[in-house]
Amino acid sequence: MSIIEVSNLTKYYGKARGIVDVSFSEEEGEIFGFIGPNGAGKSTTIRLLLSLIHPTSGSAKVFGKDVVAHGPEIRRDIGYLPSEVYYYEGMKVIDLLKYSASFYEGDFTKRMQELSETMELEMNRRISDLSYGNKKKVGIVQGLLHSPKLLFLDEPTAGLDPLMQRKFFNLIREENARGVTVFFSSHILGEVQRLCTRVGIIREGRIVEISNIRALQQNNYKKVRVTAEGLTSAPFDLPGLTNVQTENGTVNFFFKGDINAVLQKISGIQVTDVTIEEPTLEEIFMHYYE
Amino acid sequence: MNANIYKHEFRTRLKSVVIWSLAVTALLVFYFSFFSVFADQAALMNEMLAKFPPEMRAAFGLDKMDLATVLGFYSFIFLFVQLCLAIQAGNYGFGLVSIEEGELTADFLLSKPVSRTQVLTSKLLAALTSLTITNLVVWVSSFAAITLFRGEHEYEPRTLLLLLLSIVIFQLFFLSVGLVISLLVKRVRSVTPYALGLGFGSYVLSAFSGVLGDVTLELLTPFKHLDAAYIVKHGAHNTPLVLLNVAVTLVSLAVSYWLYIRRDIPAVS
Repeated sequence: MSIIEVSNLTKYYGKARGIVDVSFSEEEGEIFGFIGPNGAGKSTTIRLLLSLIHPTSGSAKVFGKDVVAHGPEIRRDIGYLPSEVYYYEGMKVIDLLKYSASFYEGDFTKRMQELSETMELEMNRRISDLSYGNKKKVGIVQGLLHSPKLLFLDEPTAGLDPLMQRKFFNLIREENARGVTVFFSSHILGEVQRLCTRVGIIREGRIVEISNIRALQQNNYKKVRVTAEGLTSAPFDLPGLTNVQTENGTVNFFFKGDINAVLQKISGIQVTDVTIEEPTLEEIFMHYYE
Repeated sequence: MNANIYKHEFRTRLKSVVIWSLAVTALLVFYFSFFSVFADQAALMNEMLAKFPPEMRAAFGLDKMDLATVLGFYSFIFLFVQLCLAIQAGNYGFGLVSIEEGELTADFLLSKPVSRTQVLTSKLLAALTSLTITNLVVWVSSFAAITLFRGEHEYEPRTLLLLLLSIVIFQLFFLSVGLVISLLVKRVRSVTPYALGLGFGSYVLSAFSGVLGDVTLELLTPFKHLDAAYIVKHGAHNTPLVLLNVAVTLVSLAVSYWLYIRRDIPAVS
């Protein structure tokens, strides 16, 4: 069953663009990476799914229910970690967590303790005394404590030190292993690569690519580097060639298509060195940006 | 209604309620303690007041008050109590959803499994509870001040009840008008200037309406809708104006719900 189903979702803030004609779906148990630069519309998408804002046109379903009509019902099983964490400054961490838990049915005291221990969160401090990273930890515990079926993580690692990031990723993997679906928005590709099974790339409010992360790396692009004496890019006049760079007899390019075509071209040259590798997600990503 | 939100909201405002209630009590008791002096020298007092420009007396409603009677004197103080209550209620109204949005905690609250209607209702009821506490304190301190300082002078308790009963209508007006304005403007950065503006603005309008004797201005301000001098003089409310006041409150509330349910919660940008 699709946990998230977005069809032709569009949001304008007055005349300013939020997102335009976004469609995708996420299956149960997936970790879906949502990548894009700042201002691309990642947070807008998440806020639409939480019905914090209302769509200009199009629709979205979570757990098979329309987000506008069934918001409260849907949010019972959602955990949300916003990109910027703001909580009631005067409250203590423990009180905020209790307040948060009070909205859900059940007793979450034990889980609250466990999560806080894992994330090394001091529960008796006041929110106003916390650093950004510590506030982020409050956000993580708050988002996970009611054992939601779907997690929205909006740039979750910002402010966390590498050790905490690892703990956090382990936590998310554990949750995912229990069947929790994760929607992970980020502009840091490394972490998406580590965690996600599928990614959607959003740019200037529009989805430019949705793909399996493996497929994105393996099938789509190869990063080719050929070195030969006096080599120029002239021999490689193939369709599907992008990002061509020539420097001192070395030609770098991305190739999408049947790799045999490139190999045939190369076999006609007296080369000194050839590498063909999978591009990192970062490189693919930059490619979409340009 | 959601009990958790209600409790949380009520607690956030508790300190403010205590301060406002104490301030209003101090105002009432302090000024009313001068009553016996005024009453004993009524003739002198009225003579002095007669020397004031008529516009000035009209601005404070003094032309319609007899400071030598218990309720005449009380209604003069009541005007300032009303001003305090207006600012307090306006403050809560303007801040009801805008503080949460300004401090960006609205994302936290509204991503919980509650509907916007539940959120707004809980917040409104919490604010109303806070205002009612101040209201009750005004009741108690009014009776206390009058009992303590009225001396031999008699008064009509029924009229005093009419005055005190008007408080809740008055508070609800500023609460709901504050709320609806806060939802109509794009973003309320700071609540206090708005609340002061609404409170003093209405008061000044009422003063002008007294000076000019203008009937249309009367329609605009709750200080005239629930004019203490009028109530004391006639022993009754000015029913059409009270109904107008209640109608404005109800429309503001209805529009507030309509706007809030459709509202896009602002994010950091």
